[in-house]
Amino acid sequence: MPTVKMTTHLFRFFPALENRELTVPAGSVAEVVRAVDVLAPGFSDYVLDERGALRRHVNLCVNDAMVVDRKTLSDRVGDDATVYVFQALSGG
Amino acid sequence: MSDVILLGTRKGTVILDRTPSGWRPRSMAHAGIPVCYAARDPRDGTLWASLDHGHWGPKLSRSHDGGKRWEDAPSIRYPQGARYIVKYLPTPDFDPGAPTGQPEYADATVFKIWNIAFGSAAQPGRLYAGTIPGGLFISDDGGESWELNRPLWNHESRGGDLFNGDATSENRWGGTPASIDYGVFEPGIHSIVIDPRDPDHIHVAASSAGVLETRDGGRSWAGRNQGMLMDYLPDPAAEWGHDPHFVAGCLDQPDHLWQQNHCGVFYSDDGARSWCKVSVPEDGVNFGFPIAADARDGRTAWVIPAHGDAQRMAIDGGLSVARTTDGGRSWQTFRTGLPQQNAYDIVLRHGLDAAGDSLCFGSTTGNVYLSDDRGESWRCMGNNFPPVYSVRFG
Repeated sequence: MPTVKMTTHLFRFFPALENRELTVPAGSVAEVVRAVDVLAPGFSDYVLDERGALRRHVNLCVNDAMVVDRKTLSDRVGDDATVYVFQALSGG
Repeated sequence: MSDVILLGTRKGTVILDRTPSGWRPRSMAHAGIPVCYAARDPRDGTLWASLDHGHWGPKLSRSHDGGKRWEDAPSIRYPQGARYIVKYLPTPDFDPGAPTGQPEYADATVFKIWNIAFGSAAQPGRLYAGTIPGGLFISDDGGESWELNRPLWNHESRGGDLFNGDATSENRWGGTPASIDYGVFEPGIHSIVIDPRDPDHIHVAASSAGVLETRDGGRSWAGRNQGMLMDYLPDPAAEWGHDPHFVAGCLDQPDHLWQQNHCGVFYSDDGARSWCKVSVPEDGVNFGFPIAADARDGRTAWVIPAHGDAQRMAIDGGLSVARTTDGGRSWQTFRTGLPQQNAYDIVLRHGLDAAGDSLCFGSTTGNVYLSDDRGESWRCMGNNFPPVYSVRFG
């Protein structure tokens, strides 16, 4: 299962995600976000807008690659991949 | 008499409590998070704050215990199919050849929850939220769920019902510079005035569109911009495109409405059926953002004069507050207790509030002042607050 790592800033809002190895059953970035949202309800609302698109100042990477499809998050995620959730330097 | 003041600031929510030894600020709530509006629901005491996260999207936060603990309230979301006609801001990278002359549509998402208003005591769960890009949301369950008011969103002045097809009319609403932070140039609803005599009678104001009124609880809306004048479009009296900065109503005389507009101060004593420009530029009363209406006397209001619109700061380096008690025919300027040298503050649209004989305002320079004598003299509540976006007595 892919591993998820995220900026520590999100732990302020979702303490349940802190101090744990986070692996989720998912084959795409969209499924990763959905799976984390199950563990921490409301998480998807922090990284996605109401259309399901990545918020403007949030970056997601699969391993070293920035996600390409910011609108529907269809990028594939391998079983041994790590998905990173960052706050972009562009905003805030 | 109010015992609490809420400040929405660039770095969180500050609550000031009235104590026997004076007003005392608590430690910052929502530390580090921009709060564009914070207010107390007078019906049940719930505190509300509109969080303007730079990264994580707009959120409503609420506290049921007077501010000890805050929680995210369910998100406000535009429904599937909500679209708007895109407005372009002619920035330096704007390509004038790009627009085709045909409307370009965008799916609506909430950029900013600019204002929160509370329904009447007869409607205990009713809340209103005004947003950029120009949608009014209504909750009837204390903020557990929100619904976009479609008659206003689908108004013919915005292009008609875009849920069910393309535009059937021209979009005549302009954008607000306040939206540029979000990478768009779209309108925003910042003022919601509910008639205490009739909860179905509501005025809203949008930058840059104007004032709209419903008398049937939001099932239909009509523009109420007669008498308003602007100086940035060829027709100063055009029906749409006005830039009210804030609209406030008198609680006991709800037909008396006040408006600080980009192009002057306007007053209506007939429920916004007509507006009268009551600026006195030679006295400094013309440009500004906030306006406060007295709760008892409809002819009394306060503004914070600013040098506009190219400078947008206090006039000649001195802060002042102007009050009228005769429906804007004359204004008195008060400076006692306010800095008269090297003051370059600007007070934003939600940055002034009145409660009884008390007034309070906060500036983007982080200065907060309080008056207990109807604005005639002021004392400083602090000089080192973050930039202040909203001030509301609780």
